[in-house]
Amino acid sequence: MRNESRFWFDLGSMESIPKRGARTVRTPHREIAVFRTASDEFFALENRCPHKGGPLSEGIVHGRKVACPLHNWIIDLEDGQATGADKGCARSFPVKLENGRIYLDMGMAAPA
Amino acid sequence: MRKKLVVIGNGMAAGRVLDELFEKSPGAYEVTVFGEEPRVNYNRIMLSPVLSGEKSFEEIVIHDEAWYRANEVTLRRGEAVVAIDRLNRLVRTAAGAVEPYDKLVVATGSMPIVIPVPGANLPGVVTFRDLDDVDAMLKAASGGGRAVVIGGGLLGLEAAAGLAAKGMKVSVVHLMPTLMERQLDPNAGYLLQRAIETRGIDVVTSANTRSIVGDERVTGVALDDGRTLPADLVVMAVGIRPNTTLAKNSGIETKRGVVVDDFMRTSDPDIYAVGECVEHRGACYGLVAPLYDMAKVLAGDLAGEQGAGYAGSITSTKLKVTGIDLFSAGDFAEGDENDEIVLRDPSRQIYKRVVLRDNKVVGAVLYGDTQDGAWYFDMLKKGVDVAPMRDTLIFGQSYQGGSPLDPTAAVAALPDDAEICGCNGVCKGTIVQAITGGGLTTIDEVRAKTKASASCGQCTSKVETLLMATLGDQYVAGDRKPMCKCVDLTHEEVRAQIKAKELKSLPAVMQELAWKTSCGCPSCRPALNYYLICAWPYDYKDDYQSRFINERVHANIQKDGTFSVVPRMWGGLTTPDELRAIADVADRFRIPTVKVTGGQRIDLLGVKKEDLPAVWAQLNSAGLVSGFAYAKGLRTVKTCVGSDWCRFGTQDSMGLGVKLERLLCGSWTPAKVKLAVSGCPRNCAEATIKDIGIICVDSGYDIHIAGAAGLHVRATDLLGHVATEEEALEYVAAITQMYREEAAYLERLWKWVEKTGLERVRAAIMDDHENRKALYERFVISQRVARRDPWAERAAGRDAREFAPLAVLMPIAAE
Repeated sequence: MRNESRFWFDLGSMESIPKRGARTVRTPHREIAVFRTASDEFFALENRCPHKGGPLSEGIVHGRKVACPLHNWIIDLEDGQATGADKGCARSFPVKLENGRIYLDMGMAAPA
Repeated sequence: MRKKLVVIGNGMAAGRVLDELFEKSPGAYEVTVFGEEPRVNYNRIMLSPVLSGEKSFEEIVIHDEAWYRANEVTLRRGEAVVAIDRLNRLVRTAAGAVEPYDKLVVATGSMPIVIPVPGANLPGVVTFRDLDDVDAMLKAASGGGRAVVIGGGLLGLEAAAGLAAKGMKVSVVHLMPTLMERQLDPNAGYLLQRAIETRGIDVVTSANTRSIVGDERVTGVALDDGRTLPADLVVMAVGIRPNTTLAKNSGIETKRGVVVDDFMRTSDPDIYAVGECVEHRGACYGLVAPLYDMAKVLAGDLAGEQGAGYAGSITSTKLKVTGIDLFSAGDFAEGDENDEIVLRDPSRQIYKRVVLRDNKVVGAVLYGDTQDGAWYFDMLKKGVDVAPMRDTLIFGQSYQGGSPLDPTAAVAALPDDAEICGCNGVCKGTIVQAITGGGLTTIDEVRAKTKASASCGQCTSKVETLLMATLGDQYVAGDRKPMCKCVDLTHEEVRAQIKAKELKSLPAVMQELAWKTSCGCPSCRPALNYYLICAWPYDYKDDYQSRFINERVHANIQKDGTFSVVPRMWGGLTTPDELRAIADVADRFRIPTVKVTGGQRIDLLGVKKEDLPAVWAQLNSAGLVSGFAYAKGLRTVKTCVGSDWCRFGTQDSMGLGVKLERLLCGSWTPAKVKLAVSGCPRNCAEATIKDIGIICVDSGYDIHIAGAAGLHVRATDLLGHVATEEEALEYVAAITQMYREEAAYLERLWKWVEKTGLERVRAAIMDDHENRKALYERFVISQRVARRDPWAERAAGRDAREFAPLAVLMPIAAE
C-alpha cells in the first residue's frame, strides 16, 4: 500500500552533487538536504540540525555522517539521529539512485 | 693495566655487547672495534624506513661519535680484519696492521645470499644488507624505472615497499606459493599479498629465477616458466648466512655458524662470538631479539658475572611496512597434535590464529590486528596453561577475567619481563624501573633513558600507557596527542610523513599513514587539506569538501544559516566611493545589519547564500575584494594614522599596514592571523595583542609576536628590531611562513611560539639571514598560487552549483 503513495521525483544526475557533499531541495514546507558520500551512497534529511536548526547541507560529510556547521553535532545520515552524547533527530526521507540519477520520494517529502 | 678487548664487527650485536659491558663494569677493558663499514654503529633493522624515506641515517645511528669518545672506544672503521693469530693473541687487518688482544669478540654478522644464477654479478644487481646497499637502491630509484625484488620474505617485502614508495614500478619474485611462508600461514600470506598488491607492487609466487639478463647492466630477470620481467634494478633478498670465514680460517670450530656454548664462548677460551654469525645449540638467528639476549650473556661473562647462560630464543616477527600489521611467533604448522583457534573478519582484513598443544600456546599468527601479539608471545615463552580462558583466548587480553579491562589495566597486568619494545628489546620491568627510579614523567624521557619506542615507534602508545599506569594520578598527558581518533600519529608526525613520503593527496595520506576511517573526520580532514596545500602549493588540488563551510563559500555562516560578507579595507583605509558601493549593496540586497568590525572594516550581516555571488560581483565592480574574514589566513592589519597626520607618529604606520596586508593576504595559515602597526610606542593600534605587531620607533620598527586577545589574553614578546620598511616586510613574511610550516592546524601563533620557544624563532628569523630569506622565498611561492580574489572567481561562475539549490518546488495556484 505504502508503495503506491511513492512519488519519485527526479533531482538530476548524481554528478550534480559532489562526493562528500550535499545540495538542497526546496519544497513549500521544508528544505531538504540531499547528501552524497565518498562511496556514492545518497541520503536525504530535513536541512535542520535537531540542535539549533543549523543547515546540515553545509556540513562536512564523513563516512555516513555529517557535522553540523554551527556547533559540530554529528548527525547520522541514515536515520538523522544525533550521535554520541547528543540527542535529537533530523527527519529523513527516502531517496534512491537509478541509472545515475537521483530520485527523492516527494510523496513523503512534500506534504506538510 | 686494563685488559684489551678487541671486537671484530661493528653491527648491532657488537654495539649491544659494549652497551651491556659498560653498564656492568665500566672501564674494565680498553676496547678497540674493527668495522668494515666506514661509519658508526647503526640500527640495521631500520634500513627499510631509510629506504622509504621515513627516516634519515642520522635517526638510526645507535652510537654516535660522542659515544665512542665518552667510552674511550677506538673505532677503526673501514678496516677489515683478515686473520686471527690465536697463538700470539693478535688480529691482523687487510692493510697489514696488527692489534693484540686479551679477549676477542667475533661479531662478523651474516652475508646476504646471492643465488648462483647466470648474470648475478651484473651491475644493477644489489643485496639489501647495509647502508651502501640502500644508497645504491636510492640512486637507482631516483630515475624511476622498474625493480625486481627476488625473495618474498621480511627483507624482500620491506625493500619492495621502500622502492615503490620511491616511485619505482616493483615486482616481487618468490620461490614459494605464499609470501613470508616461514613466518606466516597461507591465509595471512594471502592477505599480505593483497595488501602488497594494492600498493601497486606485482607479486609473482611459485617462481624460480633462471637467470639475470643484461649485457653491460641488468635489463631483466628470466623465470623458469619462460617469462622475462624487465628490470633496471634487481634486489636479491633471499636470505642470509652466517659469516664464518674469518673464524674458520683461524681454526675456530664452525658448522653452519661459529659454534658457541651457553656463554658465547667459542672453541678458543679467549674468543667469544655473538650475533648472526654464531650457531648455538644448532640454531642460527637473524632477528634482533636473540642477538640482544646473547649480548647480555656475553657482557656478563666478560664482566666476571656468574650468570645462567643463554638458553636459545623463541622469536617473533613483525613486518616494518607502514600500514601492514602482522605478527607471528612460534610454530604454526598444521598437525594432528595441534589444536587451533581462528578468528576472521574479512571486511576488516583481520585474521588471527592461535595454535595450541596440550593447552599451551605454541604459535600465533596475527594479521590486521596485532595488539595482542606480545601477550600471546609471552604465554608462549612461559608455557602458560590456557585451558581456563580458552573460550575467549582469541579475543585477546582485554577479554580475560570476566569483563573487558581498560588498556591501562591490561598493561599493568603484564609481567615485568614482558617485552614492550621489540626493536630495542626493552621489557616492562626496565621501563617501570627507569620511571620510578629516574623520576621520569614524559614519553621523551623514557625514550632517552631506555630506548623503548625510540626506533620504529610502533609501541609508543604502549609505553605511554605504561607511563600512565606507573605514575597513576601524577601522570600528566604529554604533548604527544594523536591528531584525532582516525590515526595514532601526532600532527607533527603526519606533516613530516607528508613531506618524507611525498604524499600529495588525501587518499594517499590516509592510505599510507594507516587512517582508521575510510574518509577521515571533520577534525582531521581540514587539517590534512591545509598540510597538503602548505607542503605542495603547486601539486595539491584544494579539496573543498574538506573545508569548513565558511572557507568553502568565502563568507561567514550565521546562526540562521545566512552569511556575512566583509570586504578588505587595506590597513583600515577606505574611500567615499567604496563606502557608497557598500551602501548600495546593502540597499539592493536588503542586508539587515551593517557593522564596523574590531579589525577596522565593515561587516554586512544576513546575506542569503544564493545572493552571495551577486553581492560579490557588485562589490568587485567598485574595487572591493574578499577580506578573508572567514579564513585561516591573514584577516586584518590594524593601523593607527602614524606620521601622515599624528603629531607623535614616528613612521608611516598606515602605509606599512597597507603594504603588509597586500603582501600577506591570500595564503592559508594554520589558524587566523591578525596584525597591527602602531606609529609610536603609545600603541594606539593595540599591536601588542596581535599575532604579529609592529611598533614604529624613531630608529625603525620593533617586531612583536605571539599576542592574543580572545579566550586567552597574552601580550606579545619582542622578537627584534629592524631599521627599514623593506626589512619589516621581509621579516614578517618569514615569520608567517615559519608558522605556516610548523604549527599544528588550528594552533594560533602564540601557542606555537610557546611550544617551539621564542629563542628558536628569534634565531631562525633575526640571526639566520639565509634561513629567513629562504622562508620568505617559500612564502612568495605559496602566494603565487594563493593570491587570487575568491569572490571575483565565484562572481564569474566558479562553483556556481554550491550557491544554488538542486531543485525548487513551488505550489501551483489552483484555478
